[in-house]
Amino acid sequence: MALDTDTVKRIARLARIHVDEADLSPLADELNNILGWVEQLDEVDTEGAEPMTSVVEMVQRLRVDAVADGDVRDRVLANAPLEADGFFVVPKVIE
Amino acid sequence: MTNTTDTQTEEIPDHLVAHFTSRVGHNSADLIEGETGAWEIIIGLEVHAQVMSESKLFSGAPTGFGGEPNTHVSLVDAAMPGMLPVLNEMAIRQAVRTGLGLEAQINLRSIFDRKNYFYPDLPQGYQISQFSDPIVGEGRVTVDMEDGESFEVGVVRIHLEQDAGKSIHDRIPDQTCIDLNRSGVALMEIVSKPDIRSGAEAAAYFSKLRSILRYLGTCDGNMQEGSLRADVNVSVRRPGEDLGTRCEIKNVNSIRFVREAVDYEARRQIEILEEGGEIDQETRLFDPDRGETRSMRSKEEAHDYRYFPDPDLLPVVIDEAYVAEIKASLPELPDIKAARFVSEFGLSEYDAGVLVAERETAEFYEAVVDAGGAKRDPKIAANWITGDFFRRLNADELAIADSPVSGAQLGGLIDLIADGTISGKIAKDVFDEMFDSGKDADVIVEEKGLKQISDSGEISAVIDQIIADNPEQADQYRSGNTKVAGWFTGQAMKATQGKANPQMVNELLQEKLGS
Repeated sequence: MALDTDTVKRIARLARIHVDEADLSPLADELNNILGWVEQLDEVDTEGAEPMTSVVEMVQRLRVDAVADGDVRDRVLANAPLEADGFFVVPKVIE
Repeated sequence: MTNTTDTQTEEIPDHLVAHFTSRVGHNSADLIEGETGAWEIIIGLEVHAQVMSESKLFSGAPTGFGGEPNTHVSLVDAAMPGMLPVLNEMAIRQAVRTGLGLEAQINLRSIFDRKNYFYPDLPQGYQISQFSDPIVGEGRVTVDMEDGESFEVGVVRIHLEQDAGKSIHDRIPDQTCIDLNRSGVALMEIVSKPDIRSGAEAAAYFSKLRSILRYLGTCDGNMQEGSLRADVNVSVRRPGEDLGTRCEIKNVNSIRFVREAVDYEARRQIEILEEGGEIDQETRLFDPDRGETRSMRSKEEAHDYRYFPDPDLLPVVIDEAYVAEIKASLPELPDIKAARFVSEFGLSEYDAGVLVAERETAEFYEAVVDAGGAKRDPKIAANWITGDFFRRLNADELAIADSPVSGAQLGGLIDLIADGTISGKIAKDVFDEMFDSGKDADVIVEEKGLKQISDSGEISAVIDQIIADNPEQADQYRSGNTKVAGWFTGQAMKATQGKANPQMVNELLQEKLGS
């Protein structure tokens, strides 16, 4: 599998990362190197193996349903670039 | 206005959704006649139901509605670096419970995935959801229509996911305020098969689903607070042909709006197709003020959520015993309850349907019928509830839970009619008095002296007086104009302030005038 520059552009956009036009081609090469390295795994015969979702041989532990957190607005908003009346304030996101 | 969620949630790819409909046959009345022939509407719903729980899906912050902004938020919900999700057992329990209530397959192993997209009210940059392995698989809902017909809607799956925060666009000009109180609250997304064929059916399905969820106690169904909302997928086709391109109407938050949105959207699509146009697959919004749907935004590119298993969470494994324990705790659900009301109480299917639609109504009804071991007349009880009781609740804009008259109190009123203490007519006044004061029926009857007069001597005396005072009318009756009997009855009731036993009045009148 080889990535072209259009795909790299699209991935960058999905990740909200700005990439200059001139950097697209070198970035595609770098990503292709990584993918090529990972693709070595294709040599392993995985016939009949269950798809793995976790490397830990454990199942999910569950928490009892009780309120034990919240009411920490100052900490929640501590890093907000802009806040008003307890809200985060961001540039308008509706047309 | 407030935009309650982001605009780009939940698009399950076609290969994972059973986008074939198992429903065969349809009511031809549901076909829409266009300029060029008949069209069939195909509808599927994705219903988001907020799980009833104290705390959130992955954090211990509270779920209560209406807190001060950003106070029901933990550092997990705000997606601070290093915070890790810890799964709430109640969310699993409620999803399983809902699945059992919809006769669905329960998956003993399920997986949480990340669904990646950017929006300011989603601080993680991804929503934790379930994609390939949801906790609940295929189920079904039986939907009853007003005309007595019923049909089945297949459920494709139910998965658990996090709700997003709330964006408020009208508070500060050119800026959006974000409140994360809802961020991380557990939602169940209940995906139906496209088995629905009209706006009325879609509304009936949504309503039935709400009823079942409320019976189960897994979602409070409060649409004003956003606890229950539907994404409605609509397409049209010529009967028997392949499915057309669908549009998704997002976040419809009332049963009536579901119906109106479908009706409008189907007509819009038919108009485009009949003019030779094509339907763009897109996300639309329903505007209740204008009664129309409109495109939410032009998409620069198709969404790509890049789902993958959330590495912070392990597979969820439950066992048969856990499921069996939940199953044993299920309440009697509306379909079974309605059938019992018909067989045990002799109610019509229609009345039974009305009484079981809301769990509170059904419980109230059973409280009215139950006279401490004995049973009050179930049909009279049903008539009182669907008649005067609902009338007063509506007039006073009260929910049944806030009724000043309890089921036992209404039962007490019915007892007074049954044993002849008061007439049915007086009972209506007593009922209104009960509703106003919260007092018991017998107390009001006693205080106001409303007891029915069933003493034939007393009634005779009243009638004798009326006949004596009105010889002209008495003569009319005797000369064959029996219609004046009604006038005499009226006079007798008037003279006794409505308290005379009407049956006895009529009998005595005939006796006295006939002689």
